[in-house]
Amino acid sequence: MNGRHSLAAAHVGVAVAAFAVASAMGVLQALSIADIPFPHRSESLYYLAVTAHGVLMALVFTTFFIMGLGYALSQESLGRITGRGLAWIAFALGLGGSAAAAVTILRGQSSVLYTFYPPMQAHPLFYIGATLLIVASWIWGGVMIASYLSWRREHPGVPVPLSIHGMLATIILWYLATAGLAVEVLGMLIPWSLGLVTKIDPLLARSFFWWFGHPLVYFWLMPAYVLWYTVLPRVAGGKLFSDSLARMVFILFVLLSVPVGFHHQFADPGISSNWKLVHTVTTYAVLYPSFVTAFTIIASLEVAGRMKGARGLFDWIGRLPWGDPFFAAVALAMIAFTFGGFGGAINAAYAMNSMVHNTAWIMGHFHVTLGTTVALTFMGATYWLLPRMLGRELRLMTLARIQPYLWFAGIALFSISYHIAGLRGLPRRVYSASLTGEYGAAWHGLTRLAAVGAVILFLSALSYVVVVAATWIGGKRIPAPAFEFAVALRPPTAPGVWDRFGLWTVLAVLLVAVSYGYPLLHLFAYTRYGSPAFQPF
Amino acid sequence: MNVELYERIWMWAAGGLLLLFLGAIFLTAGLQAIQPPSHIETVDPTALTTHPEFGTPAVKTRADGSVVVSVVAQMFSFSPDPIEVPANRPVTFRLTSADVIHGFEVVGTNANAMAIPGYVSQFTVTFKEPGEYLIGCNEYCGTMHHNMVGKLIVKKESP
Repeated sequence: MNGRHSLAAAHVGVAVAAFAVASAMGVLQALSIADIPFPHRSESLYYLAVTAHGVLMALVFTTFFIMGLGYALSQESLGRITGRGLAWIAFALGLGGSAAAAVTILRGQSSVLYTFYPPMQAHPLFYIGATLLIVASWIWGGVMIASYLSWRREHPGVPVPLSIHGMLATIILWYLATAGLAVEVLGMLIPWSLGLVTKIDPLLARSFFWWFGHPLVYFWLMPAYVLWYTVLPRVAGGKLFSDSLARMVFILFVLLSVPVGFHHQFADPGISSNWKLVHTVTTYAVLYPSFVTAFTIIASLEVAGRMKGARGLFDWIGRLPWGDPFFAAVALAMIAFTFGGFGGAINAAYAMNSMVHNTAWIMGHFHVTLGTTVALTFMGATYWLLPRMLGRELRLMTLARIQPYLWFAGIALFSISYHIAGLRGLPRRVYSASLTGEYGAAWHGLTRLAAVGAVILFLSALSYVVVVAATWIGGKRIPAPAFEFAVALRPPTAPGVWDRFGLWTVLAVLLVAVSYGYPLLHLFAYTRYGSPAFQPF
Repeated sequence: MNVELYERIWMWAAGGLLLLFLGAIFLTAGLQAIQPPSHIETVDPTALTTHPEFGTPAVKTRADGSVVVSVVAQMFSFSPDPIEVPANRPVTFRLTSADVIHGFEVVGTNANAMAIPGYVSQFTVTFKEPGEYLIGCNEYCGTMHHNMVGKLIVKKESP
């Protein structure tokens, strides 16, 4: 292992391991919903698998990958990681915490899904383990900020590299988001699971969860955007179309991605419709930076095609390196996001939301967004990172080339089927689409198509894990290639308004305080009774 | 900030599209009162059996002819079950949970709300098509979550 990148590589390694286990859990669910028999199929295994899949994918795979990517970028773009010792302690905390939570899940003691809504109660170690992972990510954020400040002292008046700008924005957003989670888990769930308090308010806990739960998706998406803006144009052989708009995009996410959580609670009592409307406005506003991204990235790719000599309107598309696993993965991830983004706009409109809320549509939706836009970008990025981190050549190149296309085919079948099944009313998270045994007819054709998609996805996931493992163990040793980042058509010469992190952080905190402060405090005006714990699994 | 002309056009167009989306939501919210279920009312989830309304959840007709249905969701059923309501009349559902969080989704309609212990969800729906509807729980509530179904019977209004 290349010593400079051992921290990054360790984090990516944990991410891939979590991904492998989670993928197996995923395919089991799709088979179960479609009533396709397999050994040991049972209700408890199904709900255990939903929990393990959600926690390992949404929390462990993503967080570890993003931490690893952050360290790699800090090392390369800033030339340093300030606080390596602390970073390794954080790694151990995060790994230990994730393992503890995973053990309680796999033992069937915490089948509460990754949303862990009380009054359903998991094993205390589930909450404590998850907390340790979050604490690890807080330390990671601190190390990243310390590295930036150390670099800044040596480089006054120079604009921060775009990749670091994006990561710093991600970290600010993450601190804002996890503040809500900390209140829920430290203030409510852990004392309650240890028996220190007997009752809990499910609605308050749920609101704090979604304070965290929606910006969580931008915590995943922003590092993917960092890769789209700073690596993709270079791999494609072109230049970044607009550096300043990229910075604007990252700052808009800091401002707008937290005060939106009520769009997950449109169907909840206890929150007034006017506050739901406020969060609707911010939810649509946060689509805006993604629209801008679509233009900038596609324009950058067109620049790449034209630099290679393309003429006419569309020739440049064919000149792009579709055989490069990083490029193919990211390009397909972006195509998926056009569908995912418009699906999100539908979910955010509450009249339409009530047709799809908590149906299979939602499963279809977040598998094109998180499950493809983010996950496929991270898979492609792994192919880009491994040779640079490890000093080893990618092995099984053909498999790596096919893998993103396989994923795209799988997700198309999977997500389109579940979107339609959801429109036809199939409730979410059911062991069997026939429910009690009598209701399968309307949905089974679709759930079986989705199961075929899931099997293809699993094969693709397996290919990814095999390529990573083979490269790690037996990849030919080569001098590590340089981390080459895209150059902007008009590189910035001085830090601009979008580099003023202090200002934007203050504004973001104010927006969160306004959009959550009143509606949550308002709840305290009512007699709230609280609920005792239940463990129906 | 120097932004290319085409990109500027795109940015204005994207902004316009979002305003259009939001305009549609604001207009229908303001003019047609299309709102998500957002009632605020609390209830003691550990004392539902002795509660005047939720102790005996049932369908009741008010003096003005509108219908109120009180529903308790619990692991793993809804009461009352089946629920019988008339077609083409506003039906107000009042919904709560006796244990964990449940969902209440009348399949094929836009009646879809969460049942959260300690709170009362309230929303009004008019069913136009008489017939039998499946009510499904769409929030994970335990090992037999998928078995938690109920029946809604919409009866043709007697003339």
